[in-house]
Amino acid sequence: MMQRDINGAERRFSKGEDEEEDEDEGTGAGREAWERTYADERSWESLQEDESGLLRPIDNKALYHAQYRRRLRTATSARIQKGLIRYLYIVIDLSRAASEMDYKPSRMAVVAKQVEAFIREFFDQNPLSQIGLVTLKDGVANCLTDLGGSPESHIKALMGKLVCSGDPSIQNGLDLVHDLLNQIPSYGHREVLFLYSALSTSDPGDIMETIQKCKLSKIRCSVIGLSAELFVCKYLCQETGGSYSVALNEPHLKELVLEHAPPPPAIAEFAIANLIKMGFPQRAAEGIISICSCHKEAKFGGGYTCPRCKARVCELPTECRICGLTLVSSPHLARSYHHLFPITPFDDVSLSYINNQPKDCFGCQQSLLNPGNIPGPRAACPKCKQQFCLDCDIYIHESLHNCPGCESLRHSKSAINMEE
Amino acid sequence: MSPPVPSKLLTDDVSLIMVLIDTNPYFWSSIESNFTFAKFLSHVLAFLNSILLLNQLNQVVVIATGFNSCSYVFDSSISVSPRAESLLPKLEEFVENDESLSQDNGSVDGVGSSLLSGALSMALCYIQRVFRSGPLHPQPRILCLHGSPDGPGQYVAIMNSIFSAQRSMVPIDSCVIGSQHSAFLQQASYITGGVYLKPQQMEGLLQYLLTVFATDLHSRNFLQLPKPVGVDFRASCFCHKSTIDMGFICSVCLSIFCRRQKKCSTCGSVFGQTQTQQDPSSSDLKRKTPSSS
Repeated sequence: MMQRDINGAERRFSKGEDEEEDEDEGTGAGREAWERTYADERSWESLQEDESGLLRPIDNKALYHAQYRRRLRTATSARIQKGLIRYLYIVIDLSRAASEMDYKPSRMAVVAKQVEAFIREFFDQNPLSQIGLVTLKDGVANCLTDLGGSPESHIKALMGKLVCSGDPSIQNGLDLVHDLLNQIPSYGHREVLFLYSALSTSDPGDIMETIQKCKLSKIRCSVIGLSAELFVCKYLCQETGGSYSVALNEPHLKELVLEHAPPPPAIAEFAIANLIKMGFPQRAAEGIISICSCHKEAKFGGGYTCPRCKARVCELPTECRICGLTLVSSPHLARSYHHLFPITPFDDVSLSYINNQPKDCFGCQQSLLNPGNIPGPRAACPKCKQQFCLDCDIYIHESLHNCPGCESLRHSKSAINMEE
Repeated sequence: MSPPVPSKLLTDDVSLIMVLIDTNPYFWSSIESNFTFAKFLSHVLAFLNSILLLNQLNQVVVIATGFNSCSYVFDSSISVSPRAESLLPKLEEFVENDESLSQDNGSVDGVGSSLLSGALSMALCYIQRVFRSGPLHPQPRILCLHGSPDGPGQYVAIMNSIFSAQRSMVPIDSCVIGSQHSAFLQQASYITGGVYLKPQQMEGLLQYLLTVFATDLHSRNFLQLPKPVGVDFRASCFCHKSTIDMGFICSVCLSIFCRRQKKCSTCGSVFGQTQTQQDPSSSDLKRKTPSSS
């Protein structure tokens, strides 16, 4: 039955393209790539009609929700210490292999796009951390940008340098990053993320020695491959405590890259706990002209004043150019607190007691009843016992990081006060 | 091939306004002037009705922010009557319920804060539902009509809500009814690009609301709305709760201290030494000694 449907659909397709596509009729083997995506994925099967006769994708919410749950479980399995102050170098392979076209339009373009998204997400989640970019091409490693906290400057530098040639060298990349990361303060977490397209590395010496050197310097190296698994990458990640993964396709690559945005569990001996001296500058009043120390230009209004040397800076977080004090604002610190105080995952509610279940989601007031007044899937907070729809469950854990139920009850406050 | 383009019913100026009303009884009984809760409500109801009149597609949702609980009291999209007065029975029920919870919890000293964090979280969940409903949805914004003092215990939760609102580009407007400025709401409005206003004359509340908060997000570009005055981004230390210019941050848990300590009181890490000193293999690291700055 379904087979006939496919053929029918295909015949309809072919009619439009009759002139060129005659030989493909019915066989399926000689289909064009664009046709195959329709035939193989059977996208029409994932449509259904809703009450008003509109076409809608089939509800794969439950499936998606189960996936999200699994992710959440692994992430919050224990309240582990997180490395919140990270110094990360992204090493991008711009060798000949990066011009391969298996990713469209090319591996290099796809990687650049994902790195851009990653940099923005990284600074959103780790406001006190810094990123630097390194490129590998023609057998050498180049430092594209130094460690810094401004996403725009990194993205601009990367987009201007997208040319690939020659062979990559993991060893040269590691050596360069090792030297650069040795200068950072001891409380920071040193990390390297390789985005590696090639299937080989052409190194000037013994790469195993370099790997041991990185291991001794407590640099956590992770690799995301774009072609196939390489032993040397796997060994590097195993030795230094990083993660190694190979992307299957573009969405998978995106997922793998973004997995590196939340702070990794901190390994106690990797960074020394320390007190960092920081300044909290006040925003200057509007309408005052002053010269900023970062651009050396006279600026009208805005800006922040370093509390130690009174120099003017334009943006936070930054380091004062004059006295070297780290300048942040309290919201920057607050942005990281949800990594430290994660909210508990919600439990699925068994639908056996239908009578006394609430009808609406506590968060968004959406009805929790499926058509026909049958109770639908829902999740409940283990603390306040309020019930939420699956969409709210995901939103609450992925973006909001507050349980609306617990927050709107007075006596649950004591727990939060204790954490303070 | 493409489906017929639906006529663009929702233009730039269709708004969804989530109004958070402070119903904290301790706050309302502490007000000295004769601006009572009843007067406040009559101003707010007139404002809500005028928003509904401005555009037939505008939507208003009201969340009551109480002392012990929060609750939705009005949603113009499902309400039987289109007028905002129909929220009164539900609001009364809510206030009574909130009061009864108060009795269980014993007495409070001072005015006490209302549960702004809960109401903000609920409002954001509702807005996400509107975002999910499809590409055509009204432009959401949140308006906090707040008077109670800030509750320090809600700091983390409120900041989380603010960042989530910022990420989904939802401005949080705030109109402070009390006598003191609210540092939380100043930050909320500043970070999310909303308007922060503390009216001077409570008797003219309706006029403030109509002139400042009734305009949709698109029209705001053409108006001279109140500019943010110096927002205080200084932090307060965890040890003495005093506001500081410069301080020390624990690199593990980001706790703020006003002077140098040997050990972090929040997470217990000892500063300036590795936790694996017994391990001989890690002693010969080439690593910079921790510098003081």
